[in-house]
Amino acid sequence: MINFVLLISRQGKVRLTKWYSPYTQKERTKVIRELSGLILTRGPKLCNFVEWRGYKVVYRRYASLYFCMCIDADDNELEVLEIIHHFVEILDRYFGSVCELDLIFNFHKCPWPNFQAYYVLDEILIAGELQESSKKNVARLIAAQDSLVEAAKEEASSISNIIAQATK
Amino acid sequence: MDLSINPFSSGTRLRDMIRAIRASKTASEERAVVRRECAAIRAAISEGDQDYRHRNMAKLMFIHMLGYPTHFGQMECLKLIAAAGFPEKRIGYLGLMLLLDERQEVLMLVTNSLKQDLNHSNQFIVGLALCALGNICSAEMARDLAPEVERLLLSRDPNTKKKAALCSIRIVRKVPDLAENFMGSAAENIKEKHHGVLISVVQLCTELCKASKEALEYLRKHCVEGLVRILRDVTNSSYAPEYDIAGITDPFLHIRVLRLMRTLGQGDADCSEYVNDILAQVATKTESNKNAGNAILYECVETIMSIEATSGLRVLAINILGRFLSNRDNNIRYVALNMLMRAMAVDTQAVQRHRATILECVKDADVSIRKRALELVYLLINDTNVKPLTKELVDYLEVSDEDFKEDLTAKICSIVEKFSEDKLWYLDQMFKVLSLAGNFVKDDVWHALIVLISNASELQGYSVRSLYKALQAYGAQESLVRVAVWCIGEYGEMVVNNINMLDVEEPVTVTESDAVDAVELALKRYSVDVTTRAMCLVALLKLSSRFPPTSERIQEIVVQNKGNTVLELQQRSIEFNSIIQRHQSIKSSLLERMPVLDEASYLMKRAASSQATVSLTKSATTATPAGSLKIPNGVVKPPAAPLPDLLDLNSDDVPVTTSATTTAPDNFLQDLLGIDLTNSSTAGGAPSATTDILMDLLSIGSFPVQNGPPTTSNFITPGQAVTKHAPATPQVMDLLDGLPSSTPLPDENTAYPSITAFQSATLKITFSFKKQPGKPQETTMHVSFTNLTSVALTDFMFQAAVPKFIQLRLDPASSSILPASGNGSVTQSLSVTNNQHGQKPLAMRIRISYKVNGEDRLEQGQISNFPAGL
Repeated sequence: MINFVLLISRQGKVRLTKWYSPYTQKERTKVIRELSGLILTRGPKLCNFVEWRGYKVVYRRYASLYFCMCIDADDNELEVLEIIHHFVEILDRYFGSVCELDLIFNFHKCPWPNFQAYYVLDEILIAGELQESSKKNVARLIAAQDSLVEAAKEEASSISNIIAQATK
Repeated sequence: MDLSINPFSSGTRLRDMIRAIRASKTASEERAVVRRECAAIRAAISEGDQDYRHRNMAKLMFIHMLGYPTHFGQMECLKLIAAAGFPEKRIGYLGLMLLLDERQEVLMLVTNSLKQDLNHSNQFIVGLALCALGNICSAEMARDLAPEVERLLLSRDPNTKKKAALCSIRIVRKVPDLAENFMGSAAENIKEKHHGVLISVVQLCTELCKASKEALEYLRKHCVEGLVRILRDVTNSSYAPEYDIAGITDPFLHIRVLRLMRTLGQGDADCSEYVNDILAQVATKTESNKNAGNAILYECVETIMSIEATSGLRVLAINILGRFLSNRDNNIRYVALNMLMRAMAVDTQAVQRHRATILECVKDADVSIRKRALELVYLLINDTNVKPLTKELVDYLEVSDEDFKEDLTAKICSIVEKFSEDKLWYLDQMFKVLSLAGNFVKDDVWHALIVLISNASELQGYSVRSLYKALQAYGAQESLVRVAVWCIGEYGEMVVNNINMLDVEEPVTVTESDAVDAVELALKRYSVDVTTRAMCLVALLKLSSRFPPTSERIQEIVVQNKGNTVLELQQRSIEFNSIIQRHQSIKSSLLERMPVLDEASYLMKRAASSQATVSLTKSATTATPAGSLKIPNGVVKPPAAPLPDLLDLNSDDVPVTTSATTTAPDNFLQDLLGIDLTNSSTAGGAPSATTDILMDLLSIGSFPVQNGPPTTSNFITPGQAVTKHAPATPQVMDLLDGLPSSTPLPDENTAYPSITAFQSATLKITFSFKKQPGKPQETTMHVSFTNLTSVALTDFMFQAAVPKFIQLRLDPASSSILPASGNGSVTQSLSVTNNQHGQKPLAMRIRISYKVNGEDRLEQGQISNFPAGL
């Protein structure tokens, strides 16, 4: 089971956190601090696993972003690497280039805080377990939900247009 | 157009907030921005603002991600969830999952909305609810909403179905009793074609098996066939772009099916046999040039190791591991080491074959690999290979990273102790470890070493000489210094005179003053801590008695520390100085070698304390589910020095009473203890304080010595004599001078006259004495009580207390009723052992309680007129 997912930039800025096991806010901050220290300092040729408090953290670096997943001691580390890659590929397909990923999570450059990454993750993992192995299917589901939001948005603006016209 | 009506089109203010936060130069600036924003959001919430609810939520999530408290926004999530539209619900659920966790009470309030959404006609809204439930539901919610999820598990829409399956996993984890409700539909869904559904359902089955034996049996019957079919389909399928990873169709599904097969096949021969062929096929046909293939092979090997596989299949698995181990990819080597640990249980010999490679991995550049390999080496060690393997590890200790030394040292110590039958080998290894990594050696390890040296009289000379040499070269290793200093203090003369030489040894030329030099050097090192320094002082004191010519020099060193700012050292120095200066008569017996430390009791104590630590760790792990942070970070503290042993001495002071009267009130105890106080004019030596000082004299802060039974009289009793009167000031030490250093021993067979020990208006107590020949310390006393009044005394009870150096045993009284007017008497016998026979006279405090006409009376007194020589 995946206990949590963390995305950290090379500078240690948190880009995304998702907790599947209960952690208090205080514990979360501590976990992030500890793991940033452990992972960001590791050299490039080392293995992608870090043992931590009886768990294992599997991480993989894409450009300046570290994707980390904390799993139980008896889980399959190699598979979790594939899950991370699966997630990244889907994000990649959704947002564009992986190399720009950090920019996507960089709220400053983003017109709207990007909760899309969370929505994508929710289509891949539930309860810390894998939900879907087809990238196409995930993309399709996200697109369908985005269009529901778009439709609501258009409806809202057309209503406000109508109101605006009527009150002109 | 009024933008404020439309929550989607604004966002500028959010951008402003983010920009302001990013632009903050200092943390306090950032905090100010966040505080301002939170205040605005709070205001909006309390005004019931609808239009910006959406945007405020987004801000809150951002603020939350920065680590600020956002609990005040939790209710807003619930409101958004309760809204009708999909966009509101979407962000509401996202906020719920981000800002709340299952332990918050607020969560219960969402149960109703969740129930409605689970029954919604829009599959995406159902999906949102399932996702939220699966990620954060508590046990109560799981119980409440399980029927909805069960129903959705049979939904026609595959996307709803897969979400419902994963959601069920969470429910079953929270409430294992519900497992049986899900097993029917889970087994049914194994026949599906949709990969998402298959993956989810297979995981659900694995979880159900963990939760319930009944479910395990049911699924063994109903889904093994389906699993084999799934696995055969995916392994044999032609290129499927949708699921393809590195040329393999859906490795995720592969792995999950293999995992479920492992759960089902464990301990079940039929099931294992059924999956045998397909496992062999996966193990041989899967490509191992990419990570995805290796992930499958890894899972497959683990399954083969766990189920009742045929030996041929096991050989296949071990071979795959061998290939992994020689792989150049660090990830693969890591998992190979991981897997070999589990393979140890199946086939030790096969793992032993890879010993050399594993040993190389201990020296790898990657700490994760080193740790794994070290664990594995530890498991591999047995009688035949322990010496070469230990040598390798000790050699590596010299060059390893500082970070790794702690782990490595702990493991080496543990190995060496496990195979400590060969004492000389054990000592040699321990000395090497202490020299190379003494700073990482845990207290209990060097305590054990000292206990062993104390017990191995033929090796004491060798030990102290080796340690002396090591100390010259590695004086910065704390625990080496401690052990060496202790040994030099105890066995100093063995270095100087080369006593008990072993054949392998070269004689050393060390003079008495060299030995003192070594200890002095250790004492004066800049970095050593208080315990070590205190041990140095004790060692010096001991050397002053072993090597009388150095006594003066040692006194100088001790005197230098009289002004030490550390109270502990200052006090010790003053006391020691006084011993050297004024108490030559008792010095040599005071500073005799420590009695042999009791190995068995030390080991038992150590085992008990480490067990306690382990069970503590265990209960912490089990009490808090995976993911919680309560697990200690691996540092097992050595047990606190077992002081109680020494404190037990104190119990000598507890009034010894007859069995009927063991519950003497506390204040009475204090009264009796007052004996000590009356003797000492400074009255500073409260009982507990004297015990502390006693401990100091015996040597030493946290020290195994305290484990030894402190019974040897020539060591303890002078100490006590000192401590009784020595609350730290030299002035009080002078009291010692008044001690009768030699009282003429009385003839053992002398008859002692009876005494009237106590007389009041009501009561007369007489003592008569008897001594056993050959045991001058022991006296048996017969006490007889006479009632002088005309009323019978009932509930009669006699209690006595003696100073520390005396042991007292009180037998039951002949009666608890004392007849009136001396018409008969009550008798009681005591036996007393005076540990300072010939030096100090007996003294005793007594208390008598009784009832006169039902009224409580109490009398007390002190007996100091005991005949001399008792």
